[in-house]
Amino acid sequence: MKKLINDPNTVVEEMMEGIVQAYPQYVRKLEGFNVLVRADAPVSGKVALVSGGGSGHEPAHGGYVGKGMLDGAVAGAVFTSPTPDAIYEAIKAVDGGAGVLLVVKNYTGDVMNFDMAKEMAEMDGIKVDSIVVNDDVAVENSTWTTGRRGIAGTVFVHKIAGAAADKGMALEEVKRVGEKVIANVRSMGMALTPCTVPAAGKPSFTLAENEMEIGIGIHGEPGTHRESVKPADEVADELLNKILVDLPYESGDEVAVMVNGMGGTPLMELYVINRHVASVLKDKGIKVYKTFVGEYMTSLEMQGASITLLKLDDELKGLLDAPSDTIAFKNFGR
Amino acid sequence: MTINNINVIDIIKVMANAIAENKEYLTELDSAIGDADHGINMDRGMQAVLGKLPSVEDKDIGTVLKTVGMTLVSTVGGASGPLYGTAFMRAGQAAAGKMEIDEKDILAIFEAALQGIKERGKAVAGEKTMIDALEPALKSYRDAVDNNIGLAEALNRAVYAAKEGMEYTKNIIATKGRASYLGERSIGHQDPGATSSYLLLQAAARVVNSL
Repeated sequence: MKKLINDPNTVVEEMMEGIVQAYPQYVRKLEGFNVLVRADAPVSGKVALVSGGGSGHEPAHGGYVGKGMLDGAVAGAVFTSPTPDAIYEAIKAVDGGAGVLLVVKNYTGDVMNFDMAKEMAEMDGIKVDSIVVNDDVAVENSTWTTGRRGIAGTVFVHKIAGAAADKGMALEEVKRVGEKVIANVRSMGMALTPCTVPAAGKPSFTLAENEMEIGIGIHGEPGTHRESVKPADEVADELLNKILVDLPYESGDEVAVMVNGMGGTPLMELYVINRHVASVLKDKGIKVYKTFVGEYMTSLEMQGASITLLKLDDELKGLLDAPSDTIAFKNFGR
Repeated sequence: MTINNINVIDIIKVMANAIAENKEYLTELDSAIGDADHGINMDRGMQAVLGKLPSVEDKDIGTVLKTVGMTLVSTVGGASGPLYGTAFMRAGQAAAGKMEIDEKDILAIFEAALQGIKERGKAVAGEKTMIDALEPALKSYRDAVDNNIGLAEALNRAVYAAKEGMEYTKNIIATKGRASYLGERSIGHQDPGATSSYLLLQAAARVVNSL
């Protein structure tokens, strides 16, 4: 393992300190917890959004704390759900009196820990509700599994529900908007290389030089299957084919596109992927309203990418275009 | 037969030792079908619990159990933290204010704990989880209490049923938790959560049998 760290046991705390040193105008850290909240939290009278999960997905989730997105982000150990006490502290710190919406990615541990924190905050009289993001089409949703995983599509939920809260919508409305995003967003990812959790010291799976893994999650877990490396256009086709039929996305639809790097992928390659995504969508008569290419929801140093489509209506378009000013997601009008 | 708050603290200590002794074993079971941290996480949590026990030595059993639950929730992480944390917190509610508990109180505590796990995990028996050890154990315990068999023997029967339930998890497919992504590949492996549940019950029975 070759990593720029001091100690696997303190890597999350040290990262948090580095973020706060760099961006005090955006975030502050809660004493004793790996929680970042808006520098001006709580924002009085506004519904607050809290998200989070394991670390290793940077810039998620702390990078999305700020105006028009999240009010608080809770960081667990690398790829491990944060504990309810930390989430509870985040809720208390950001509640501005209008209630708090938790944005949770669909993993057993995350869902349970956020649920417990919700109950703890409710006992204090804070109004809390939650939504669960499950955009990954690689894992089938059936009675036999815990359900689909939440991956890069979560960032669209942060952006759009965050904009709804920023516009002064009530908790029920912000939740409705967040659920509308979840209902219309689908993603799928792939990897050329695995990643190494600092505390584990070795990769969670191995890939030969000529192999890639399709349908990976964002925690170094293996995907649905393995195949020989193909040209970027064919890889994009393989991911898109599963995504497009799932909602489905059809001719006449308008979408936002996210081509997300997994942490170790050159932007050059992400742009090459996006070129083909744009051309396939055009051929299918699906209009691209806005595109985001970059690292939004990563998996440490993994080389790979995910593609996310979000079907838009006028309400979602307006909220997607609304201003946001955070460390990793800035939007100043169209 | 009744047990008091000091006996309950002893039970918690023996539980912590049982987890520490089986830390590697639990992690090994988890590496086959999960993310290889169950023993490490549970041991971290139970060691933190040991550190908290002196502060509740003279408190009622409800407070002791609630403290155990809160400590597990904030130190274990993953899915087992909230599951065991909820179990102990609900158990604490069922024992609120009591300095002594009898067979029937323990039945109510056990029922509350299992109900908490089921609600938190949105799971039922047969899904290859800790419920597969705990539900048969509760049933055996309840039957024994209904037949006035005595606390120690009732707990022994519960432990026996938990062991059978734990072994049964080898034969079934996981439909909850991370192991569920493995589908049929989860067959043949014993569930780590069912195993730690068995170990905790066994620890409780050992202490009561020694009284």
